Amino acid sequence: MNLTTINNLIDRIRGRTLTFFSAGNQWRRRIALFLAVIGPGIITSNVDNDAGGIATYTQAGSAYGYTLLWSLVPMTIALYVTMEMCARMGVITGKGLSDLIREEFGFRSTFFVMITGFLVDLGNVVAEFAGVAAAAQIFGVSKYIAVPMAALVVWVLVLKGTYRQVEVVFLIACIFYLSYLFSALLSHPDWLLAGRMLLIPPISSFHIDSGYLITLTALVGTTIAPWQFFYLQAGFVEKKVGPRQYPQARMDVLLGSISCMVIVFFIIICTAATLHATGLTNITDAGEAAKSLIPLAGQWAAFTFAFGLLNASMFAATILPLSTAHVICEGMGFEAGIDHKFREAPAFYWLYTILIVVGAGIVMIPNVPLWKIFIFSQVGNGVWLPIVVIFILLLVNRKDLMGEHTNTVTFNIVAWITAVAMIVLTFVLVGQGIYQWVRGTSG
Amino acid sequence: MLFATELVGASAYDSQAHFVGRVREFFVEPAEQPNRISHFLISRGRFQPLVARYNQVTKVAPGRIDLNVSERALDAYKPNEAWLAVQKDLLDQQIIDTEGRKVVRVNDVDLTEIRTNEHVELRIAQVDVGLPGAMRRLLQGIAPSSMVRKLQKKLPQRSIRWEFVNLIEPDPLRRVKLRITHEKLEDLHPADLAEMMEELSAAERQGIIASLDEETAAKVLAELDERLTTQIVEKLDPEKAADILEEMAPDAAADLLADLPKETSEELLEEMPNLEAEEVRELLSYDSSTAGGMMNTEFAYVSEASAREEVLGWLRKQDFNLEQLDTIVLVDAHAQFSGTVPMARMLLAAPEQLMKELKTEPLVSITPDASEKDVFELFDKYNLRMLTVIDEEKRPIGTVTVDDVVSRLVNA
Repeated sequence: MNLTTINNLIDRIRGRTLTFFSAGNQWRRRIALFLAVIGPGIITSNVDNDAGGIATYTQAGSAYGYTLLWSLVPMTIALYVTMEMCARMGVITGKGLSDLIREEFGFRSTFFVMITGFLVDLGNVVAEFAGVAAAAQIFGVSKYIAVPMAALVVWVLVLKGTYRQVEVVFLIACIFYLSYLFSALLSHPDWLLAGRMLLIPPISSFHIDSGYLITLTALVGTTIAPWQFFYLQAGFVEKKVGPRQYPQARMDVLLGSISCMVIVFFIIICTAATLHATGLTNITDAGEAAKSLIPLAGQWAAFTFAFGLLNASMFAATILPLSTAHVICEGMGFEAGIDHKFREAPAFYWLYTILIVVGAGIVMIPNVPLWKIFIFSQVGNGVWLPIVVIFILLLVNRKDLMGEHTNTVTFNIVAWITAVAMIVLTFVLVGQGIYQWVRGTSG
Repeated sequence: MLFATELVGASAYDSQAHFVGRVREFFVEPAEQPNRISHFLISRGRFQPLVARYNQVTKVAPGRIDLNVSERALDAYKPNEAWLAVQKDLLDQQIIDTEGRKVVRVNDVDLTEIRTNEHVELRIAQVDVGLPGAMRRLLQGIAPSSMVRKLQKKLPQRSIRWEFVNLIEPDPLRRVKLRITHEKLEDLHPADLAEMMEELSAAERQGIIASLDEETAAKVLAELDERLTTQIVEKLDPEKAADILEEMAPDAAADLLADLPKETSEELLEEMPNLEAEEVRELLSYDSSTAGGMMNTEFAYVSEASAREEVLGWLRKQDFNLEQLDTIVLVDAHAQFSGTVPMARMLLAAPEQLMKELKTEPLVSITPDASEKDVFELFDKYNLRMLTVIDEEKRPIGTVTVDDVVSRLVNA
């Protein structure tokens, strides 16, 4: 089975699904309308649960049990509010975020956004391939085999596919996140307690220590990352979603934000019910967590957990370089997009290739201090995020760009509160990262 | 050669060599002269900004301009819609390179100096879309001008001469004031123009379609991604939209209308002349994935008993699109479909030869409710270039051409 057959198969499945839904009654047709738009929102928010994210959730669940679950609700809102603005900008203006930044804020701002973005994302890509290596270890595969193979698969997918095909693969990857549902079920958590903790912050038994705050910050930091805004907006532009389909686009973003948080919920309760309950509170990475799951919840819990990690890492390892290449090319005025051939958009494909090769290459170096790279990219994220969010808020409120679709007053209040909260939290994270760096240890 | 970036923030000195302020923007007044920098905006901190006309400037160098009048002779600045602002309207914006047929982003603007006795004029020579311009933008004000100039010589040049630059302005009033026409775009191939338009913003696309003549607009819309086509047509003034639809082949118009909401498509059909609207309505009644949904109802059919010369004479007087004359449909005495004649065969035939003697074998046709898959298979099996669609009484009602099939296969 070669790539063309797979591509044709994907196209056929997509075509069949659309015809099935568009032929039927009003409900089926409504679903068909939604299916035509669905994609960017769900994909982007699910990539948030990447290798770094899963490590953080694991840490949160093992160290603090169910007590951090309450933060998921405000995080869903923050995720939705920020992403919805980008979706709206993409749908209304038909331009990517870096296009708009370039046109409204000039060359230098754009260049700064691009350079920081490149470095931060390179760090993130390294984290993704490290995730692949950790997952492979659980399945007993050497990282020297798994990482190059993963890099190749990811590279070929984008190079040979069209936007629609790549998107179908991504949407399937989103479904694979459900393996965490099974990990959670297999670890028999206390569902009632989890539900209560989700809705009510545990104020009575609240003991604020610095570790708790730092974990909380890290949760927010890994969930809301600047690159996702660029990818989301570019996704809607590339899909040619217009103002008439905006309700569907918003629904896509909403579903994405919620499904992303549902997965986080499963990961946290899985680790809370097993690791935390048995006193294993010092787990720092996902591979270690999966290994510890074997004696506690059985081999299958560990396998589904590791499979989820592998899926998430590969998924993010595709999207991150893709998003970065998009940002840079759009801003500099180079051709960009998966629908172009290598020849038509050389800068785009080269950037993509370099990010994957260098990212996977660093993981392959024996004894490389990966945690330094992660801290570096975390700090970069912290510098990058406030700038990007402020640009978004300024752009989305411009009448000449958005017409009647600027933010309402209420939405603006929520958006600015979210922005300020996010900025403060990421600065805390940056400070903590620098402290670790200076001390020279990873924990 | 001077660059716009080098002049941004330049100090302006008056005839007594007194410092006036800093140059913040320059303007072209296309109504007067298409590429001359006509006005310089000089800002003076908290004082009112002034404006210097082109004939008040005696010397221009990177970072400095000298005026031949005193500060008091300068006018106060008033915004003017008819002026093209080099920084705001040109730098960092997308333009269409009509020669290279591409949408590009402007990094810098290259200016040439024309010296007369009393003053220096700056004219826009070309826009820089390559690395040298990008580097200047980045380093201007940080590194000395001379160093930047030395560095840029090592970089590959990419620039577009001003006469090939087509500005994109979504606001129609401003477009008139700035004398922006899209005549040059009308000379491009509609498929190229459609591809470029996909890179622009929604408002910019709208602006271009609205300013093209109906015929070109129709051709471009037929080439554009259908998701964009519906967005554009929905926003057009209904009268203009109907005019454009009228120019389109009925099958293309029907495809477009099928994607629009019911009220909008009805409104547009009302605006169209009755005959064309009727044709389109009929096509709309077929499911888009059937032969009926693919066919074009504008085609040439003649009696099989007519002579080749007679047919040619008749065709010359008709207003057919050339693509529709690839193959001629024949009907017998009962107006029923009786065969097809490829144009190449007619070309080689003797003048008096009868059409029925030129028919291709075997007789292939299809009914409008047949699926598109059946259509593809017939094209493949008989290597067709055109397939006739017939109704229950065997009368030809339309034709599917090979380009309809190809575009369906590509988008499938």
